[in-house]
Amino acid sequence: MGYVAIKGGGRAIAGTKGVFDHLRTRQGEAGTPLDTDTIEQQLRLLHGRVISEGGVYAPQLASLALKQAQGDTLEAAFILRAYRSTQPRLTETPLLDTTKMRLTRRISAAFKDIPGGQMLGATTDYHLRMLRMELLKESSEEFRRISRDWFSSAPEADLPDSFPKVLDGLRQQGLLPQPDAAAAEREPFDITREPLIFPVPRSAALATMARAEQGSLLAIAYSNMRGYGDVHPTVAELRVGYLPVLLPHPITGELTEVGEVEMTECEVIAMYEDDADQSKAVFTLGYGACYGHNEVKAISMAILDRALQAGMKSGPRNPSEDPEFVLLHVDGIDSMGFCTHYKMPHYVTFQSDMDRLRTTRQKQTDKEQG
Amino acid sequence: MSSVQSFGYLDEYAKKEVRRSALKAVAIPGYQVPYSSREMPMGRGFGTGGLQLTLSLIGSQETLKVIDQGSDDSVNAVNLRSFIEMTCPGIDTTTKTAEASLIQSRHRIPEQPLREDQIIVLQVPYPDPLVLVEPSEDKRKQMHGEMDYSRLLVKLYEDMVRFDEITISHRYPTRINGQYVLDPSPIPRWDVPKMNHSNALILFGAGREKKIYAVPPYTDAEPLVFSDVPFRVEDFSDASGGRRACRICGCRSSFLDEYSDSRTGETVYQCSDADWCEELSQSTEKPAGVSNA
Repeated sequence: MGYVAIKGGGRAIAGTKGVFDHLRTRQGEAGTPLDTDTIEQQLRLLHGRVISEGGVYAPQLASLALKQAQGDTLEAAFILRAYRSTQPRLTETPLLDTTKMRLTRRISAAFKDIPGGQMLGATTDYHLRMLRMELLKESSEEFRRISRDWFSSAPEADLPDSFPKVLDGLRQQGLLPQPDAAAAEREPFDITREPLIFPVPRSAALATMARAEQGSLLAIAYSNMRGYGDVHPTVAELRVGYLPVLLPHPITGELTEVGEVEMTECEVIAMYEDDADQSKAVFTLGYGACYGHNEVKAISMAILDRALQAGMKSGPRNPSEDPEFVLLHVDGIDSMGFCTHYKMPHYVTFQSDMDRLRTTRQKQTDKEQG
Repeated sequence: MSSVQSFGYLDEYAKKEVRRSALKAVAIPGYQVPYSSREMPMGRGFGTGGLQLTLSLIGSQETLKVIDQGSDDSVNAVNLRSFIEMTCPGIDTTTKTAEASLIQSRHRIPEQPLREDQIIVLQVPYPDPLVLVEPSEDKRKQMHGEMDYSRLLVKLYEDMVRFDEITISHRYPTRINGQYVLDPSPIPRWDVPKMNHSNALILFGAGREKKIYAVPPYTDAEPLVFSDVPFRVEDFSDASGGRRACRICGCRSSFLDEYSDSRTGETVYQCSDADWCEELSQSTEKPAGVSNA
């Protein structure tokens, strides 16, 4: 270690670390440290959100990041993202088939009955949002009882291992555009290794949105829903579950399941448009998918995917159809970083600003007097 | 899940990419080279672009100086420096401009003229001067390609019409090598002339916007002006027209920070470049422009 130049500011930074960490322990004697499993299970939606925005599927590290960031989703996702920068990219999976998902929930808003059936699963959609006061003082016994009893009271159901896609039926009827076979052959754009230079391929847009900040994505999608755009989507299918991840076996080369990742996937159908590529009119599609259980994010992404496809094809008519506008403004790490940076000293630039204002005012005074 | 990191934090592929982008930037002066830009463990906007350049260029024999607003001791400079020390064992750090082989800076180019054997890395929030007149990156890229800076010139002209002054205070658009116009980062206008035929290589890193660009040594760097409206740096004259001096070292030829003395309420002036001020305060032989008064 060489000579180190340091004077005072370092002590102030060390002090902020200390006081920030202290606030975590303010419960004092009565407190117990949060363990990472508790965060992963009891704050599962928050946890999933951080994995999704951090862009790396590391459940335990996501819990750690949340604990460290004291629950700030932007900070936690940021910590995960910075960790990922130190990791080399070892391999790529082949395209994974989401019909193989082990589902926990699956619905369609397009049809009352769908092959395999609607499966409501764990959702708050139809809950009354009233405070459950009994959870204020939940005992460990009660907590364990819920855990134990749910399985014993759940009816045996003979569920298939996989469910067909709702879109398959429509595709067979010729009501949807044919899948882009050429796109499946192309290498997907890797946003972690290449900068976005516009125009970008759809895969770059999808990857950017998959790790976008949920609120940003929702806000821009909402602008489209309200009328700054006209996607008018129908949710053909929304599925939540665990997607098996396959890699070639190192010796045999045979595709082997190495684990599974929790995902939310949404496919929306939008109305048909004139299309020179198709002989007859067909519906148009939007696709959204993200890590974790996050339906708002998947639906927002699907709507924006559809809006961006329109913008890429015939030019944007509103912000949600403009790839540059959407893709450069939805990353939470970028936007929060730049927002935060305004707190740093800007003495020099402000000195320059004052110089300009004073000079301008002097000239205005001279003119008035002259 | 090891916490052991490679020298310079980034993996070797990332550093190689940054170096190749920097070489391209030197080869095409003023051109913004896109690169993938990794997330760093500090906020986007806190110097992650400059930091990636520094980490990719630094070797164990290097002597590093990190400044923010001209000061080695400001919290962000301290933070960046300690991170670089932590991840690059064996390097030396210094506060003396003359001793540094690599300087990472935010918002200032040191007052002390730099040498050929030095590199300065500037942190950049907005890499593109055309963002003043055109929000779309795609369109701006085309404008640069066509050397179409007409809208920037119109902006300067409109300033003259409305205020009789060009209102751009810092980040002054500067044409490099007679071709591309770049954003010199938020340095004051005071520092812009230092880029012209600089002895040292000047590199610019924009982490969030994912761009690297350069002003190579001995290259023309001309601020965008009109032939009848000269470029003007910040004015530090007092009411009687005399040049204000630094209250510590007495220098009358440096960029000054202005603030009010918390006890007397009086407005005081002090060198923005902390090392320059310290060197002058300790030196008995003062360079021209420095009064002992």
